[in-house]
Formats: sequence, structure tokens, C-alpha cells
Amino acid sequence: MDKIKMQLQCPMPKLDFDIITLGHGSGGLLTNRLLDSGVFDLLKNELLDERHDGARFPVTNGQMAFSTDSYVISPIFFPGGNIGELAVNGTVNDLAMCGARAQYLSLGFIIEEGLRMEEFWEVLVGIKFAAENAGVKIVTGDTKVVERGKGDKIFINTSGIGMVHPKSDIGKGRVQPGDKIIVSGPIASHGIAILSVRQGLEFETAMVSDTTNLNDSVMELLDQFGSGIRLLHDPTRGGVATVLNELARDTRLGMDLTEAQIPVLEEVMGACELLGLDPLYVANEGIYIAVVAPEIADAVLKTLQSREKTARAALIGTVTTEHPRQVLLHSKIGGKRVVNMPVGEQLPRIC
Amino acid sequence: MKFMTEFRDADVVAQYMEEIRRTVTRPWTIMEVCGGQTHSLVKNGILQLLPEQVRMVHGPGCPVCVTPLNLIDKAVHLALDKGVILCSYGDMLRVPGSKMSLLEAKAAGADVRILYSPLEAVKIAAETPGREVVFFAVGFETTAPANALSVLHAQRLGVKNYSILTSHVLVPPAMEAVMNDEEAQIQAFLAAGHVCTIMGISEYGPLVERYKIPIVVTGFEPVDLVQGILMTVRQLERGEHKLENQYSRVVRAEGNPEAIKVIREVFEESDREWRGIGNIPHSGYEVREELAAYDADKKFAVNIEKVPESPECIAGLVLKGIKKPHECPAFGKKCTPQFPLGAPMVSSEGACAAYYHFSQLLENVQP
Repeated sequence: MDKIKMQLQCPMPKLDFDIITLGHGSGGLLTNRLLDSGVFDLLKNELLDERHDGARFPVTNGQMAFSTDSYVISPIFFPGGNIGELAVNGTVNDLAMCGARAQYLSLGFIIEEGLRMEEFWEVLVGIKFAAENAGVKIVTGDTKVVERGKGDKIFINTSGIGMVHPKSDIGKGRVQPGDKIIVSGPIASHGIAILSVRQGLEFETAMVSDTTNLNDSVMELLDQFGSGIRLLHDPTRGGVATVLNELARDTRLGMDLTEAQIPVLEEVMGACELLGLDPLYVANEGIYIAVVAPEIADAVLKTLQSREKTARAALIGTVTTEHPRQVLLHSKIGGKRVVNMPVGEQLPRIC
Repeated sequence: MKFMTEFRDADVVAQYMEEIRRTVTRPWTIMEVCGGQTHSLVKNGILQLLPEQVRMVHGPGCPVCVTPLNLIDKAVHLALDKGVILCSYGDMLRVPGSKMSLLEAKAAGADVRILYSPLEAVKIAAETPGREVVFFAVGFETTAPANALSVLHAQRLGVKNYSILTSHVLVPPAMEAVMNDEEAQIQAFLAAGHVCTIMGISEYGPLVERYKIPIVVTGFEPVDLVQGILMTVRQLERGEHKLENQYSRVVRAEGNPEAIKVIREVFEESDREWRGIGNIPHSGYEVREELAAYDADKKFAVNIEKVPESPECIAGLVLKGIKKPHECPAFGKKCTPQFPLGAPMVSSEGACAAYYHFSQLLENVQP
């Protein structure tokens, strides 16, 4: 469903409180008022509706994947999404990277007292929107409220489980020399969108985060190519450079990248130039890296490019036995350089 | 973006490279002065594309690198002990002081903020009247106009809780210091294009004459750099020494008169200590006496004991181009961007960090 349509369909109910206070996390009457105010209605499903201490559900044969992540992004609203959508998509995508389609999520809030109910509602609608799009159910949750100054508006933790695709055989140990490295879309869009609001920078073109779920895309690849998909990874914090460095370190193989092939949206590249950042190190949300067997690389690329979400997928490099444990980039002008692991957060340069 | 991609054209770079190869007949040592140029040379992999005879050495033009330890300690002290809101450009934050970096001070509770412009700091000061706001005004001539403007802006707005902690250094005196060093073997300079955008090129004529050395004002994109190198090599091969301007699409001979006017209004020339090099006469700016109220150094009268640099760090030799970063025994072993012994390993424009991050030589230094 369209996001705006959903926001219109889910107006905030009339409440007798505007802001969330410590009492709303006490577990007592106020907590119930907060949850009854619409949280349960909004995220409604038969398992959540039981309102028990946990959720019970049947399991089928096969392998399951389980993952957790905490979301502390600031600001909580940014162009293209909010912390709620991120919290759902992030864990759904972590499971997708394990070759699994997320089925059930838990949802934990740590709210700083003083958060306006409107803001909380908007986050909740974001969660509903992302969960419905990903086909995942929120089945259990928790809400805590901390004193002002001890949080940053709202922190969210989600954990999720899902069944691993029967044809999936993903693992770092399966990566071979000659394998191809594919990225599912333009890099650095999310990180630059966040930075542009955080720094109060205004660009002529609005930078929009690409946060989205990747599970349909991943499942399609696994259906079609099975064990030819050797490894999946979402290059979130630290960007593409960090993920590939970790891969090089763990596999003791080299990664060869071609700069000219790495997709970056023009406005994102412009912002990186202006801000003194290297897009290879900027965080991503709605994209993933796939390491695939060389013989299926072209077919994988074709499949990805035929879908709207991954239309700009590109083959950006090759796994090699040369320069083990290093990521090497062939620059646009024909030079070479080593792409290292970043030391900490990327800091903008003076000039 | 189009304006940039034109200067990253692989074919044009290849043509200039070929021309350099055809022109060069013997070994030459050329220094690119500016850290931004060093960064671009390694980032684009230009160094390995150059013929062996062209040896590039990396100059002292990294403002983060040459900011004295003592001044970083002062900034940390102001942020941590005096409770000021300390604003800085991003890459200054990780530079280690004698006890800690600004990033560590931030983690310890100091209010340290990364900004892209000192005018934002003035805005913060205007919005936070109860607190002192200090901008860490670091840089060469390039950042001086904006830093100067912030002082004039604060004065105009009547913002009294704003001041700058100045560490402004100037390029031409540094080039002189390099040439005056007996060990230096520099035969030509690529001058820093953006510094010349502000100051013009007139300061470099006398250097060309005094040291009989070619100077080519050069930009930062791959095409700029290889063209600048070709222009210097041509001069060297012909035995000429001239001042040339490769970066004429940006640099006017007279510079930017408005910017110069603002600089002169706020700053006056002073002796400056350069980290790793030492004191160079008339090599920096300080805030004029009449604007002392905006000079954090005077406003807070901070006296911090000077701590000696690590004796293992050969930053001075690297910054003067006498040694290459990987010729230092500590390079990549005891000294890494994570645990830098000296400043050139900290900023990505510093010669050591640039080598560490981008260079092929890394193969030899990683465990």
C-alpha cells in the first residue's frame, strides 16, 4: 500500500494525553491506556491479540533464522522514512541475508519521556506500513519509558525469525575465487539522506533514504539460482567498503572492485563531494551485496535489473586469490588503490 | 557534477600520462604542496601510473597535520574544563592531543560539534546566549576568509559569546622552509590551487626567482594533477623556471580581493609553530589586537604545558618531503590511523594516512 494512503487511513485516535510520561512505562493503568490507544489495533494479528507474555506459533520442518537489531537513529524522522520503518526493514533484511523470509517480529520500545504522542503514532504507522509490505507479523512487544535526557526520543529493538529458503546455501565459506560481486542498487543514498537532515544541509534535490524490505528480491534469487548465491550481505553501517573488507579478512581472499561500475545516484555523489565523504563508506539501507557463482552472474543481474526496486543493480567486482585479505579498487582513470576498513565514523575533511 | 566529471576523464588522463612519458628523460622530484592534492593522487591511483623518473613528494599542506599538539590540548581543555561549546571541522576531531582527542573529550561529556561552516557556530552562539561558543579555526588561506567573516558577523550581530581558536598557517612561508632545509631535494612545486583562488599567484613569483624553481598552480582532479605534473616536467626538461597556472578556470592572478579584504580586517600575520616542522616566521595568522574579544586564546587565557612529540615520529621529515611515509620504521606498525603517533597519520589528507589508506605499499605492512 501507498505510505500516504496508509497514514490517512490510520489517523491518531483522540487521547487525553499529548506526551508520553514515565507512567506510560510503569506496566500499570497508564501503560494499558497507551497500548489500548491504538497500538494493538494498528498492528493487529491473531498472535498479538492474545496479549500474552510471548507468542506461540506452529513451526514447520526445515531451518530457521533468527536475528536482532537495535535502532537508535537520530533524527527519528528523515526523508524517505522513520525509525519505525527502519526497525522493521532492518531485521527483515538481516533475515533475508540469511536466506530467510521473516515471519514474526518482536518489537521493543525504549521511549524518552516527553515524546509527543503524535510522533509515536507516526512511528507506529511506519512500523505497520513496513510490516505489511514485508509480509511480517509483530507478535510480541515491550514498552519502557526512561527519564528525560536518558534516551533520544525513542529507541527500538526488533528481533525476528523466519524460515530459511530450502534452496539456500549461504555462507562465507562458500565464497570462491572467480565469484562475482553484485550490488542490488545505488550505494550511499540512505546515509546521505540522514546526514543532510542531521546537518541541516539543504540540497536542490531532496535526498531520500532507500529503506525498504529486501526479502522478495532475495527469495526470487534463491528460487531461481539456489546455491549459486554464495553470500548475501546488507552494507549498512560502514558501507560497502566495510562489508567487503570483512569478507576479504574472513575468506582470506582478495576483492577486486571497478569504480566505474559502482552505482551512485548523481545527487548523492554530488553531496559526497561537497561533504568530503567517500560513498564506499556511507551507510546503506535498501540494498544488498550478493556474491554469486561466475556462471550465473549475468542471469542474476538480469533478474535484478528487471525489477523496479533493483533496476540499477550492477556487477561491481570479482573475488580473487591475488592480494589476499585486501579490497582493491580500479579507479575510473585506470589507477589502483586499496580500500581499507574505516577507523571509526567517517569525518568530513576540511578542504 | 558535469564540471567535475570532465576532469576525471580516463582518456584525457591517459593522453597527459603519455605526454609525460614522452617528455621525461631523467629523474625529477616534484612536491605537491597541498594535502588535498596528495589525497587525490593516491585516491585515484595516479602515483603508480606516473613514469618512474617522476617522483612526487608530499608537502606540508595538511592543516590538520601541522596544527600543534599544544593547540589541540587547548581545544580539549576549553571543551572539557571550561564548558564551552567547541565547534570544529570534522577531521580535526580525531587528532590526538597529548592526553586525548576532541572525539574522546566528546565521549567524556564535552559539547563538541562538527560543523561545515563557522557561520553555523555564530548562529549557535546567538541562539545559546548563556554559553561560550568557540570555533576551532584551523586551515590555510582557504578557510581564513570564512573564519574571518564569522568574527565580523558576530561583531555585527552583537554576539559576544563567540570566539575563534586560531591555527591559521600560510603556504608560501612553508614552501620557503622546505627549500631552506639543506636535506630537501625538491626541484619543482605544484602550488595549492584553492589557496591561490583566495590569495592569487603574486606571492609565488619571488619564490620562483629566489630558488630558481618551477611552480605550477594546480587543481585537484585527476586531469588537473597530471596536466600540472606535465607542465612542471616540461619546464624542468627545458631547464626553465617559471610560474604557471594550470588551474586558471578557478584561479585568477589577483585572487579574490573581497576575501583578502576580510582576512586583512580580522587577521594579521604572525610567527607560527608547525607541528613536526617547528617555528616558521610570518607563517600564520592571528586575530588582530582590536578584535581580541573574539580570540579564544586571549579570552580564556589558557596556559597549557607544552608536551613534546613522540620521538619516534618523523612527521617533520615527511612534511618536508625528505622521507616518504613508508620509510618510517613505525609506519603501519606502531603508527596507524587508529593509533597515530603523529599528525600526518590522522587526517586522510596527511601523507602517512593517505599512504596507509590507499597505497599498494600496504601489502608490505599489514600483518
